[in-house]
Amino acid sequence: MRRFSWFNTVSLTLGFAFLYLPMVLLVFYSFNESRLVTVWAGFSTKWYGELLRDEAFLDAAWVTVKVAVFSSTLATILGTMAAYVLVRAGRFHGRTLFSGMIYAPLVMPEVITGLSLLLLFIGINLDRGVFTIVLAHTTFSMCYVSVVVSSRLTTFDRSLEEAALDLGCSPFEAFRLVTLPIIAPAVISGWLLAFTLSLDDLVIASFTTGPSATTLPIKIFSAVRLGVSPQINALSTIMIAIVTVGVITASILSKRAAVAQRRDEQAAIRAE
Amino acid sequence: MRRLVLIAIPYLWLLALFLVPFLIVLKISLSDIALARPPYMPQLDLSAGWEGLKSFFSELDFENFVFLTTDDLYWKAYLSSLKIAVVSTFLTLLVGYPVAYAMARAPEEWRPTLLMLVILPFWTSFLIRVYSWMGILSNEGVLNQLLMWLGIIDTPLQIMNTTTAVYIGVVYTYLPFMILPIYSALEKLDGSLLEAAEDLGCSRLEAFWLVTWPLSRNGIIAGCFLVFIPTIGEFVIPSLLGGSDTLMIGKVLWEEFFSNRDWPVASAVAVVLLLILIIPIVLFQRNEQKQREAEG
Repeated sequence: MRRFSWFNTVSLTLGFAFLYLPMVLLVFYSFNESRLVTVWAGFSTKWYGELLRDEAFLDAAWVTVKVAVFSSTLATILGTMAAYVLVRAGRFHGRTLFSGMIYAPLVMPEVITGLSLLLLFIGINLDRGVFTIVLAHTTFSMCYVSVVVSSRLTTFDRSLEEAALDLGCSPFEAFRLVTLPIIAPAVISGWLLAFTLSLDDLVIASFTTGPSATTLPIKIFSAVRLGVSPQINALSTIMIAIVTVGVITASILSKRAAVAQRRDEQAAIRAE
Repeated sequence: MRRLVLIAIPYLWLLALFLVPFLIVLKISLSDIALARPPYMPQLDLSAGWEGLKSFFSELDFENFVFLTTDDLYWKAYLSSLKIAVVSTFLTLLVGYPVAYAMARAPEEWRPTLLMLVILPFWTSFLIRVYSWMGILSNEGVLNQLLMWLGIIDTPLQIMNTTTAVYIGVVYTYLPFMILPIYSALEKLDGSLLEAAEDLGCSRLEAFWLVTWPLSRNGIIAGCFLVFIPTIGEFVIPSLLGGSDTLMIGKVLWEEFFSNRDWPVASAVAVVLLLILIIPIVLFQRNEQKQREAEG
């Protein structure tokens, strides 16, 4: 039985304190009565009330969710296709360029991606707004999705697919009945990743949006540019709460699924 | 046929929305600024066909790139971004290594929880994580209040709006990127190697230096690149935590575009930034590939 040594205990405590204290303070001061965010003046939830009455924030939140849902769904479809092409399509003309275009956006600075897409949209006279942000977000997040999905596809036992084909499935049926269920966890986590990337993005959205659409990060950024704001603390607290609940639920569900799968496998072995 | 469609859809999407936009940046970086909408004079006119191409090459002068070398601001910003990226990568390694080490040495039933605690900040908004430091580092912020209450200082320290605040911001936001690859390298490490080293007369420190450190090298290299590459082009951290004297190239590009509306220079800045990034990116890819080959 291994135990924590004092050195490890100290580094873990300090490390996690560093990671979590700023967020704890943010949440703590969101319940502060005073407008001066860092001077404690008693408990209050008034900033939450003000936030929920602020139409501009609600509008921005709605735009953000819309963009995130559309772009992550599109990105999941395109990214899964791209992963399939990368892992399964074999050699074809321009494969090197294709894989380069999949990996390059992962390391491209956001300012460059944003600038280049804006110049494209202006060049083809596209009205900027929700639609252009969706196009921009889809493009960079499909690359993340395809990396996640292709790592699952490479560890996948191809004989299962071949068995389906031998038993008379069309290639599409084999994909739908065999491949898709097996890569489903990766597809789902790809979607979640794309969704969070879209929710989170400030730089690319600022470049590619027009006057008609403001996303939450753009709104937050312009509000905090000049200093701390209690409303933003309240908003951050809500977002942190949603993420925490989401991540914990997801990890419990995936643990349950893993246990269930192990039980099924053991039952199958016993049945033999 | 079906295979062709499957390849064509993502391929065309990336061509249209990744490669073409980048070629436009390249083209505009070679254009002249103009007081018009759009605010540049194209030098490359493809509609004029071969003649246009010929006049483009005869007038090609790279003047925006020459401009970048004549004005101090740009090369200072490039150098300062490089310096900030190098220093903060080192600081992140210094903070991240002990945490990754302790996680890999923790009792097995603790590890999934610890891992989740490192990943959780990934899912939280980057912007909010940077913002959370504004309330801590400002003159009347939590840190200064604490230090004054403890009697360590009399007047508040000016940390907010300095490069120090940028370092803190980078270390904080990119720490998980450093911890995860090092942890996965250390977790695979065979404990009996350390026992062997100690049996053969190494002190624990020597055993760490001769066994653990070299075997976690791939994780360290991967972590360093994952922090270094995005930090160079970082915009949010220097504009929220940095001051007017914190020069970073991402911020310069943004201001060139949105405040000065000088598209050709902004595009030239982008092209040079990418050229600077190519070296670390290629090195990173090579390291990843070597690791894959070693494992597979």
